[in-house]
Amino acid sequence: MSDNPTPNSDLAAPGVLTSGNQPPHPDDAPTEPLALPLDSWHRARGARMVPFASYLMPVQYEGIIAEHLWTRAHAGLFDVSHMGQLAVSGAGVEAEAALEALLPADLAALKLGGLRYSLLLAEDGGILDDLMVTRGPDGFDLVVNGATKWDDIAHLREHLPDAVTLSHRDEQALLALQGPEAAVALAALGLVPATPGVVPVEALGFMRAGAYLWQGRALGVSRSGYTGEDGFEISCRSAEAQALAEALCAQPQVKPIGLGARDSLRLEAGLPLYGHDLTPATDPVSAGLGFAISKRRRAEGGFPGAARILALLAQGAPATRVGLAIEGRMAAREGAVVLAGATPVGTVTSGGFAPSLERPIAMAMVASAHATPGTRLAIEVRGRPLAAQVVPLPFVPHKYIRKGVSA
Amino acid sequence: MTRYFTKDHEWIDVEGGTGTVGITAYAQGQLGDITFVELPEVGKAFKEGDQAVVVDSVKAAADVYAPASGTVAGVNPALADQPELVNTAPEGEGWLFRLTLADPAELAGLMDIAAYQAYIAGL
Repeated sequence: MSDNPTPNSDLAAPGVLTSGNQPPHPDDAPTEPLALPLDSWHRARGARMVPFASYLMPVQYEGIIAEHLWTRAHAGLFDVSHMGQLAVSGAGVEAEAALEALLPADLAALKLGGLRYSLLLAEDGGILDDLMVTRGPDGFDLVVNGATKWDDIAHLREHLPDAVTLSHRDEQALLALQGPEAAVALAALGLVPATPGVVPVEALGFMRAGAYLWQGRALGVSRSGYTGEDGFEISCRSAEAQALAEALCAQPQVKPIGLGARDSLRLEAGLPLYGHDLTPATDPVSAGLGFAISKRRRAEGGFPGAARILALLAQGAPATRVGLAIEGRMAAREGAVVLAGATPVGTVTSGGFAPSLERPIAMAMVASAHATPGTRLAIEVRGRPLAAQVVPLPFVPHKYIRKGVSA
Repeated sequence: MTRYFTKDHEWIDVEGGTGTVGITAYAQGQLGDITFVELPEVGKAFKEGDQAVVVDSVKAAADVYAPASGTVAGVNPALADQPELVNTAPEGEGWLFRLTLADPAELAGLMDIAAYQAYIAGL
């Protein structure tokens, strides 16, 4: 038997099943994958490590389905230290204005401790990366994708004025704690607000962040994530990540969860994955990310690609990112052609088995004429059409805690 | 009954002129959670090395090849509802299909269990 070289194979098993006559996947090429701060901790917990975004990452511990379902029912701990943690600061409003020239978010309206999902845009309006931006006391903190962080840093260095400082906080690890029991588990660690006005961590609202101390160690915590569940992302010094991971996994609600389940969880949640659902050839409107173009920015423009993006918002985009429910049990994966009758109308951008739904699902970019929920389409897999239907995203409802829970 | 192994991680149990085919414990471990098995139609003829089965896991789809030439004599009916049998019992209840062998002499090119274990130890 052999693995088929699918574009998603960066999440798949290492090439030991490959029969040798297949070309290696380009993502298998990184010369020397880097080790995460928690590398030995993952291995001691039975993780299978695979190269991803130029790091060796834990793809699974006990199994993707079990880890996925555990996260939906309890809480999962994900090591996402491969992601880029950047800080942008400058005197007065310079950092704000400089970033607004590169992103379509209304940063002027972003209050201290607030997070926004935003997009790094190219001059033609294509998406260079998607990211989270937080207003901190000294400027803005950005969390960007691991696979794109070096390009992002180069792009920011090129475009930010000299008065604005960009730093790559590569001494920091990033852990995500996700699931309905995440708040209970995190509260058990006894974090103390590090600055006046910061609420207890379990009282943080969705898309809010604050600085905390855990046994004297500084943590940056936000209520956010990439699973559709309630949860937190926690930045800590790399040297302290193991103690934090141990303390979290000592809680009965928490198990470590690999990259495989992170992918299936975000797919069910309808959240796009950069490099797959989003690329420099994707505009925000087709991608269904029009919400990331803030109202004031729509009125004022002044972000890269504004003319094209505002026209697409006004007139509609020719293509649309949709959810597809697939009949039967065979999964369709990235790159599969979407058909209306015999006519190609789009391409699958992510797909796989949905453990919470026990059936295959996919996201695809399709011609907007075929993007209405209920539209019957087909996906060509192994030369045969699989029946599929356009469904609204997300596949599994989001369960974000909008207000936080009272302490 | 003799069990043979392929370099592509199939096993075949041969008794008389019939072989029962599955994937090895090593292979299922590499694939992870199996969600669907597409089995061939009974009566279909394969040459050695033909793609015979698709095993879909959460991570990826994988091909299973016919370890020898022959005609499909039966498939494992339990896999339609329980594809996870390939994970839990890959070399037993999770068998895939039976093959009426066209040329048992082909089996001479396969590995016995000692050779297969040495082979995977080197991967």
